[in-house]
Amino acid sequence: MTSLLESYAAITGNDVIDQLRQLAKPLLNMKVVHVNSTKVGGGVAEILEKLVPLTNELGIETKWEVISGEAGFYECTKSMHNALQGDKEHISPQLLTLYEETNLANAEKLRSVLDEADFVFIHDPQPAALINHYPNRRGKWIWRCHIDASHPYRPVWKYLQKTVGCYDASIFSLPAFAQPLQHPQYIIPPSIDPLSDKNIDLPPEEASRVYNEFNLDPDRHLIVQVSRYDRFKDPVGVIRAYQQAKKFVPELQLVLAGGTATDDPEGAMVLREVREAAGDDPDIHVLLLPPDAHRTINALQRAADIVLQKSTKEGFGLTVTEAMWKSKPVIGGDTGGIRLQVVNYHTGFLVHTPEGAALRIRYLLHQQEMLTQIGAKAKSYVRENFLITRHLREYLTLMMGLQYESQYRIKLG
Amino acid sequence: MTDTSTFLINDCALISIATGQKAMTLAELRNNLTLVSLDSIYHHFWGGLLVPRFEEREFNNDFAGWVRHSLRDPVLAERLAAIDPSASDSLEDLRHELLDLIEERLDENENAEWTRGYRQFEFLRSQLVVFDSNRRMEKPEDLAVQIPLLSTSSIFYHFIDARRRLDQGGDDFSLWLTGLGDEHQGLCAQLGAIDPYFSSLSQLRTELTVLFQGYFGGGLS
Repeated sequence: MTSLLESYAAITGNDVIDQLRQLAKPLLNMKVVHVNSTKVGGGVAEILEKLVPLTNELGIETKWEVISGEAGFYECTKSMHNALQGDKEHISPQLLTLYEETNLANAEKLRSVLDEADFVFIHDPQPAALINHYPNRRGKWIWRCHIDASHPYRPVWKYLQKTVGCYDASIFSLPAFAQPLQHPQYIIPPSIDPLSDKNIDLPPEEASRVYNEFNLDPDRHLIVQVSRYDRFKDPVGVIRAYQQAKKFVPELQLVLAGGTATDDPEGAMVLREVREAAGDDPDIHVLLLPPDAHRTINALQRAADIVLQKSTKEGFGLTVTEAMWKSKPVIGGDTGGIRLQVVNYHTGFLVHTPEGAALRIRYLLHQQEMLTQIGAKAKSYVRENFLITRHLREYLTLMMGLQYESQYRIKLG
Repeated sequence: MTDTSTFLINDCALISIATGQKAMTLAELRNNLTLVSLDSIYHHFWGGLLVPRFEEREFNNDFAGWVRHSLRDPVLAERLAAIDPSASDSLEDLRHELLDLIEERLDENENAEWTRGYRQFEFLRSQLVVFDSNRRMEKPEDLAVQIPLLSTSSIFYHFIDARRRLDQGGDDFSLWLTGLGDEHQGLCAQLGAIDPYFSSLSQLRTELTVLFQGYFGGGLS
């Protein structure tokens, strides 16, 4: 049976896998635990789904734990998420108490696992307060922030900073997201898994099934945005862009494909706004997909001529990476990690408004040769920079680096 | 390298670390430049070779790029870009060279003091984890065969990082060849003439491959 690492070698080349094995050697007897708040839905769960088994296959014992809480806890952490992205969110003392109590309850549940870990990666604000209940921890604790925290709402950041400051290190996706903290702040962009259901090559018959399933015309142009129904993803702005472009490209179709993560109570409200903005246009398809509809999303991205990610705030934008991996040009909001991936005229276009997005849609549909070239460059850029193997290499590098915090050069062996 | 007879090929992985220092104006850039560690100065001159990048670098250090595209000051950008880090005796000298040019610009252009950048400059530093690649070279002729097979990060370690690591500067290949005797001094001189500042790591690998294969003959083992 082919191992996971061998499967990746077929895509990345053997050298990349050899590097991982060499980097893992000094960590072979160590124990690693990742903790987040949802097993399905959202980019974090998708990364961990493969990062954890890959790390295990390298010989480093790695576990993935998920904390749980009641509705009020998720309401609180959603507000924290929005506040980190800059929204002026007031979080009541009652919700903060519930947040702390939920973390305490989960800390007790996870005690045996976290006590013996050499490295604990805590993802996002939901489980961040676990650390307060491990005053005598022996391992290194790292807070991994997947959110665009470049301009956080200060009162909420001030509350979180007290907890985050207790960690041995933090990880941000981009330098702009880093905050004044006393510990090292590593910069690690996230990644996609080329072998996951969401990204793997699909048989032609499966790829084309979405046309029937969602009543799409394969002979007409299609633009797609895949993302949760969240205001920061600006789904209504995408509809406005489509409406403006359609005046010039009447055959245009739009798919907005999203789901709701279990830790996102705001989604239903935004979905209503989106349906209202779509009105009765039969060429706008607003889809609410279950969290495991990975192959459907894969097929929709492949069916698209252009993929949009018109976010106004974005941690990194893995849907951009996914689309680029499928050789699609991306029209993305000029924000966060989208800037790292979308390079004007090379992998797509950065835009600020529905007008800008509409213009680029028209341009690319008019310049079919350019559309194809951009798609090819986009795929190659992802292969070099944003696959999970690079992500894992940086986690291994961090684990080594953290043991020799102040040194520039760390020589293994 | 372990001893003078065998060349042990290393590989490396670089990880970026935010220093927390940021600049939005030229004055802030200057102030922070006086405070940041030399590791950060090094990172902004050489670290770019190992981080994701799509286009050819228009400017060979991050300071020049930021001044051009964020502060929109092409004059200072050109002056900063002309700094050759290989020519500086130390990173401290490099820091002073940067500061001199920035001070000069602040003196000659009163707008430069308060003009805000389109995006802020984030000072980074990095850590380099070095590990054995399990490849060895037993004799100089192996260079012609092994170099084209090396990862770009391996090239970085032996040709770029060596300049900072070795007391006398230079690169690991020259050090090894010199340790074997005088026979290959001509080759060492040619290696010394390669300017790594304007190449990507894959271009550098090609330059080295052409040099070694030309010197030893291609396909030797």
